[in-house]
Amino acid sequence: MRAPLSWLREYVDLPAEVTGRDLAEKLIAAGLEVETVDRAGADLEGPLVVGEVLAIEELTGFKKPIRFCQVDVGDANGTGEPQNIVCGATNFAVGDRVVVILPGGELPGGFKIGSRKTYGKLSEGMICSVSELGIGEDHGGILVLPADTPVGVDAIGLFGLRDDVLDIAVTPDRGYALSIRGLAREAATAYGLPFKDPADVELPGETAEAYPAAIADPSACDRFVLREIRGLDPDAQTPVWMRVRLHRAGMRPVSLAVDVTNYLMLELGQPLHAFDRSALTGPIVVRRAAPGESLETLDHVKRTLDPEDILITDDSGPISLAGTMGGLTTEIGDRSTDMVIEAAHFDDIGVARMVRRHRLHSEASYRFERGVDRDLPLYASYRAARMLAELGGAEIVPGVTHAEAPVEAAAITIPAAHPGRVAGVAYDRDTVVRRLEQVGCAVTGGETLTVTPPSWRPDLTDPNDLAEEVIRLEGYEAIPSRAPRPAAGQGLTAAQRLRRRVGRALAGAGYTEVLAFPFVAAKDWDDLQLPAGDARRTTLRLANPLSEDEPLLRTTLLPGLLRALAHNVGRGFGDAALFEMGVVFRPRPDAPARAPRLAVDRGPTAEEVASVDAALPDQPHRVAVVLSGDRERSSWWGAGRPALWADAVEAARTVAAEVGVELTVKQDRHAPWHPGRCAALYVGDTLVGHAGELHPRVTKAYGLPARSCAMELELRRLGEPVTPRAPHVSTYPVATQDVALVVDTAVPAAEVEAALRDGAGALLEAVRLFDVYTGEQIGEGRKSLAYALRFRAPDRTLTAEEASQARDAAVAVASERTGAVLRGT
Amino acid sequence: MSAPNKSYDPVEVSALQPESLERARDEALAAIAAAADLDELKQVRLAHAGDRSPLALANREIGALPPAGRAEAGKRIGAARGAVSQALKTRQAELEEERDQRVLVEETVDVTLPWDRAPRGARHPLTTMQERMADVFVAMGFEVAEGPEVEAEWFNFDALNFKPDHPARTMQDTFFVEAEESGLVMRTHTSPVQIRSLLSRPLPVYVVAPGRTFRTDELDATHSPVFHQLEGLAIDEGLTMADLRGGIDAFVTGMFGAGLRTRFRPSYFPFTEPSAEVDMQCFVCRGASAEPGGDPCRTCGSEGWIELGGCGMVNPRVLVACGVDPDRYSGWAFGLGVERTLMFRHGVEDMHDMVEGDVRFTLPFGTEI
Repeated sequence: MRAPLSWLREYVDLPAEVTGRDLAEKLIAAGLEVETVDRAGADLEGPLVVGEVLAIEELTGFKKPIRFCQVDVGDANGTGEPQNIVCGATNFAVGDRVVVILPGGELPGGFKIGSRKTYGKLSEGMICSVSELGIGEDHGGILVLPADTPVGVDAIGLFGLRDDVLDIAVTPDRGYALSIRGLAREAATAYGLPFKDPADVELPGETAEAYPAAIADPSACDRFVLREIRGLDPDAQTPVWMRVRLHRAGMRPVSLAVDVTNYLMLELGQPLHAFDRSALTGPIVVRRAAPGESLETLDHVKRTLDPEDILITDDSGPISLAGTMGGLTTEIGDRSTDMVIEAAHFDDIGVARMVRRHRLHSEASYRFERGVDRDLPLYASYRAARMLAELGGAEIVPGVTHAEAPVEAAAITIPAAHPGRVAGVAYDRDTVVRRLEQVGCAVTGGETLTVTPPSWRPDLTDPNDLAEEVIRLEGYEAIPSRAPRPAAGQGLTAAQRLRRRVGRALAGAGYTEVLAFPFVAAKDWDDLQLPAGDARRTTLRLANPLSEDEPLLRTTLLPGLLRALAHNVGRGFGDAALFEMGVVFRPRPDAPARAPRLAVDRGPTAEEVASVDAALPDQPHRVAVVLSGDRERSSWWGAGRPALWADAVEAARTVAAEVGVELTVKQDRHAPWHPGRCAALYVGDTLVGHAGELHPRVTKAYGLPARSCAMELELRRLGEPVTPRAPHVSTYPVATQDVALVVDTAVPAAEVEAALRDGAGALLEAVRLFDVYTGEQIGEGRKSLAYALRFRAPDRTLTAEEASQARDAAVAVASERTGAVLRGT
Repeated sequence: MSAPNKSYDPVEVSALQPESLERARDEALAAIAAAADLDELKQVRLAHAGDRSPLALANREIGALPPAGRAEAGKRIGAARGAVSQALKTRQAELEEERDQRVLVEETVDVTLPWDRAPRGARHPLTTMQERMADVFVAMGFEVAEGPEVEAEWFNFDALNFKPDHPARTMQDTFFVEAEESGLVMRTHTSPVQIRSLLSRPLPVYVVAPGRTFRTDELDATHSPVFHQLEGLAIDEGLTMADLRGGIDAFVTGMFGAGLRTRFRPSYFPFTEPSAEVDMQCFVCRGASAEPGGDPCRTCGSEGWIELGGCGMVNPRVLVACGVDPDRYSGWAFGLGVERTLMFRHGVEDMHDMVEGDVRFTLPFGTEI
């Protein structure tokens, strides 16, 4: 809502020195979000006066028509002599009244005016257009004023060309603030001044009906008022001051009839609609749409109507979408003279639904959705009729049509101390009553107050709504600060601590965290080489994605991470190691089609909550890494080392170590990994994720360097973080035994190591692979694995025989399970 | 070893003759002086001061002297050994000094050589910022609550007193999950965690909920369809707006230091009544930039104040929807923008930097913020 200060001043007598900024500060404190204060016309400098064109000489010989004019500006130029002005516009005639800026003046944009020689004449000033004055977009030519505009008068004051305009973002609960009336009331309260209500006009005591109308559906409309005017002069112009205000408020002038309805909507908050009387046939009925009905609205869109739509109809069918937009057939035209003016109170939810159904936002619907004063229609319609009579020479047809459905004002009962209890500040009863009355409430009672909110505040329904009114008007600044005193908390949960640890561990291992958007494309599944039927292809889809290319919710972290990796590679960081930790969305096969909408007037039962949660997808936390380029760089110390599948597996071990579990690694084939370089990661028998080198097709699809690697695992599958037990640290000496075992190439090293562990028994402290050899010495299809076994007893120094026996036992189990033979035997 | 000195023969102890001692001493001193480096000195030490050195052997013979001569001989040997020992010590120090001067200098390397062999990593500042913000409240005794990112409309809207078809509902540009009427949305705020906390925790409830939220805003310098909030909720007996203010003040002190004022402006959220927008005094200029003649402040745009977020007293209708008795319990809640906080606390200028995953942006933030 854009509110010119001069307009507000009409209804609250603010001290002359109050600026737009001053008022803005007060309104902000009262809860109106003033976003900006435009100082419209602040850079406009007079002398700017009304002039009368006395003579026009058309100059010839130039590329465009040029006029040399004599303009009477009264005494404004100090001489009383006509002013000589050269002008390039031609839309005015001798005798017209125009706005003239004299030498010494300045137009918006720093355009200084002086006497100057041009087109062979001395021009002493300028005749102004609407856009030059900063009061409209009209570039059609000179602003021609009504013939009765007094010559020589200061135009800045006359038309309100200099004004502060407050731009206010009105919160959706405060429909009343979408009007000068509502804002002036707040301004009056803020300054402790009386408020003059622009709706407070005396209505003529009418008994006759105007154009006949009835409400067929009281749930759609509870008040419908029509008045009629006749004989409007179709050539009557909207006065300049009104055009200026409409422009300041952000509306475009159209015609007198339309401008008057818009002007009053801005001033009062009551949307008005005018029908061309001659286009109406039969009585008007407010009803819902019938199946199959349609209406072409003013924006020339033919709309198929929904049975829930609220319509204004006559014998011809629908003529207007209630409170939203009028129909084309009854539109006011250039030559319309007789009009029926509608002012009504429509159901806010009904209008809101029409707006969304038809994607039709208008100034009127914006207000109806947020609540319009139900008591306004009689007054607003009367003011419209009177304005059209005054400004357009119309005759007001006596009588008014007033259809209504009874609505009872609901009273709220609160203890007088309630606002204070909410605020933590003691307000006395009188303060509470005074503040509520300032808002417009009727208040009765003693320590318990019965409060009836005014018709323009349908948002006031609950005790806390009233509390807020009192507290905001008394000032939020008065609220003291009291430090929180929660009960002793338990700190972070184990899962929360784990996620922090995992993040730190991966960062410590050289990975940089990425927070990718969770939106993915169906193409990602192909790019990842996921086979048909892969569970990751089963996704949730957004009904209104930002990009139609990425309407799906991720079931794996990899697409986002791979894109981030490609981004970094593309920006010259080919040696990149990234990680992400976040949720993926896995639809549950047994989920109900829709989540129930539970009641809100009581707490749900555990079953009801479960029924809602059952419709949600599973949303487990996952962690993933991607790497490309060199994991270790080359430099003066020697060669670098490319990122390997093994780095990806090690990242998984880094994560598992934070949980305190050992991963078991098994060879696997699983997209998007290289089929020969893919590790399945297990804790016990539970598959937790995969790691390895990416499939060459995948790196190609995402534009990544060859041999990029990745790991992804699901955190919860690692189990609860283990509370570590302190080991017994033996002080006896270690006995080391090395063994080299030859096995078939296909035998996984992990199996050999597991066998050695099992066979070595309790004396084994550690086993470590320190070499892998393939070559002629051991033959084709074979590999030699060299292990260092460390033995130690907790209670004695081991003898050489004991260590050898343990080693032999380890080798024996390895031989039995994997066919390993000791190298060199 | 020598036997106890019961009998003696002066002829046998010629090593104790003053001339012999002096010679042995002089030879030792000469060798010490001639030792060219620490290794040579080590050999000299063995030969002239070791167990088999002439002076050590002479020392053993003292016991063979008649008691009357022992003191004199002991004195002479002591003096000779002392002189040798002193010379060794002096020469040792000289040679060590020489080594330090020469040899270690020869071993000089260029320690300014880089060692970026293994890359450094970092956590995303939005992650660490969420933790940091939450930790301020955890330190007060709040717990950290969580909720799903794909959320039921009942939790995201209905239970939070967003009435169907109310403009407040459509103002939160919502991602809806197919199919239509699924009743599922991408949560538009962290406020549904309020509902989940009240339904799952015993009263009183003091929780914060950091998390990811979604709205259909196109990505630009100041907007992102995916962003983060920190929700706070306190429900207890007798809580007032003074407690709300205290909670916000404690956060500001914890994050930005003591002595910064906060300012409440009335506002509207369906799930709080009364509601407020809260600002804090700029932690850089402390409001000075907004004073006449004050130096401009980039952090607050010379406003003197920084917008923190929205807050208010939990609407009793929300308590009712959660089965909490609004006549007995009241409470407050707030929602703070994590991106915003990162932007003004750390001078992040463009939202793109936070979402693209460029390592150059993230690395400087390390693992804590």
